[in-house]
Amino acid sequence: MARTVSRQEAVVVGVGTTDFGAQYRNRDANRSDYQLGIDALKIALDDAGLAKDDIDGVLTCRLPNYEKFGTLAGIRHPKVVNAYEGSGRMAGVVLQHAITLVEAGLATTVACVYGNNGRSVGMTYGGESAGRGPGDDTGAYDLAYGMTSPGAYVGMMYRRYQHLYGAPDGALAPLAINNRTNAALNPVAAMTKPLTEEEYLSARYICDPLRLFDYCMINDGGVAIIVTTADRARNLRKPAVRVIATAGSADLTGHYTKPDFFDTAARDVAGRVYAQAGLGPEDVDCVQIYDNFTPIVLFSLESFGFAPRGEGWQWIKDGRIGLKGETPVNTSGGHTSESYMQGWALQVEAIRQVRGDAGDRQVANCETSQYICVAPVVNSHVFQRA
Amino acid sequence: MTTQYAKPLPRVHDLNRAFFLGALDGRLVLQHCDACGHVWFPSAQSCPKCLSQEITWKPVSGRGRVWSWVVMHQRYIPAFADDLPYAVAFVELEEGPFMMTSIVGAEPEDLVCDMPVEVAFDQVTDEVALPKFRPVTGEAS
Repeated sequence: MARTVSRQEAVVVGVGTTDFGAQYRNRDANRSDYQLGIDALKIALDDAGLAKDDIDGVLTCRLPNYEKFGTLAGIRHPKVVNAYEGSGRMAGVVLQHAITLVEAGLATTVACVYGNNGRSVGMTYGGESAGRGPGDDTGAYDLAYGMTSPGAYVGMMYRRYQHLYGAPDGALAPLAINNRTNAALNPVAAMTKPLTEEEYLSARYICDPLRLFDYCMINDGGVAIIVTTADRARNLRKPAVRVIATAGSADLTGHYTKPDFFDTAARDVAGRVYAQAGLGPEDVDCVQIYDNFTPIVLFSLESFGFAPRGEGWQWIKDGRIGLKGETPVNTSGGHTSESYMQGWALQVEAIRQVRGDAGDRQVANCETSQYICVAPVVNSHVFQRA
Repeated sequence: MTTQYAKPLPRVHDLNRAFFLGALDGRLVLQHCDACGHVWFPSAQSCPKCLSQEITWKPVSGRGRVWSWVVMHQRYIPAFADDLPYAVAFVELEEGPFMMTSIVGAEPEDLVCDMPVEVAFDQVTDEVALPKFRPVTGEAS
């Protein structure tokens, strides 16, 4: 019998996140990234009302050995399995692929699993391990001048942004403060102490023009998202969430510093997700924006049309991005305050917001949420309750 | 000079040797595609634009502008610890490619985006002269 093309829509039926705050406070050199992924998967299965044996597809991220994961999780015969690199740009890609696999009929119920023990094992980003591979990559040249770390490459773009658009020192503070304010309402956030503009400005530079609170944290945690068919979702515990739009576009050059601040790729993604969704940025009830470093939020808001080019730094002022503002941004506290789960927890927050499951930080009447990741692989999804 | 240099350096190999030989000679030499004219950095075995392997190493002008710059405060690389804080610039060459580099002859507070610069080689070992850049002043030849 020939292969048939499924017309069945894939939906999100379960999400799981570990207690980032508790794990942040209790560093443990024996904590396993694989176990964190398994912990999150168990929470997501309970959330969905699914049994482990219902899972017939496994996509891991930042857990490089899918066989090890399958062994430890006791998922022996998945119909599809793969492992994705541990970079933030992949969070959205994995969800896209899970949806595609289910809609193509290659699996019925796919678990997307992320685990990160970076804090406990003393992981760092930047340093001499970069650019040491074979061939002639830019990283090896950059190190000769002392250039390293993703934040420095973003700082390079932000200085240019300031030059072009006149953003003054401190223009990023509302983003860091908004994240912290929202994290205070999130019981599992790692950093909840309120942040003032004065504290933001008096924090040390990591790489001028960026200061400490412009940087994501490094912490431990696990996240899981379960995708299945709309039919299967009808009998499950929680309301299914539809991915009404999703699109991606890469910008592959030798450097994280992109001369157009990722605008070409991001505008392409924005055009397609909003066309698929039949709505625009003004219709989104909250948006979760990948914020490895705060300037990326400005680039995202501008390329996706929330704010005009060069005006994002003014647009974020005066409470517009707060929980009760016109466009709530990073309602769980983002990567600088909730956790740095490389986009994964931001996707979960977008899902929880449309389910009405976001507790004290729930956005009122949240019907439509969006996830945006502006990085060398730009991607975005728009979510609504089924 | 040659034995004490502790900072990381790119590995010199067959594919990029012309770049480093040119630098020792005081010339910025990059790969040019014979088929489509594209110029790129760092080296590659085929033209990233048209995939031709007909490639010629040729000097470029050595002129460009500071697209942007940062001042590193965090100690990521032990050999740079004594230099902290230090500036790193991203220079766009007249011919198109971007190069990460240091600016000589200017303090970090003197740097501005779009300032014109020209290459200035810093020989750090017998094998390697690093292309750095210095500001081009109005009256410079």
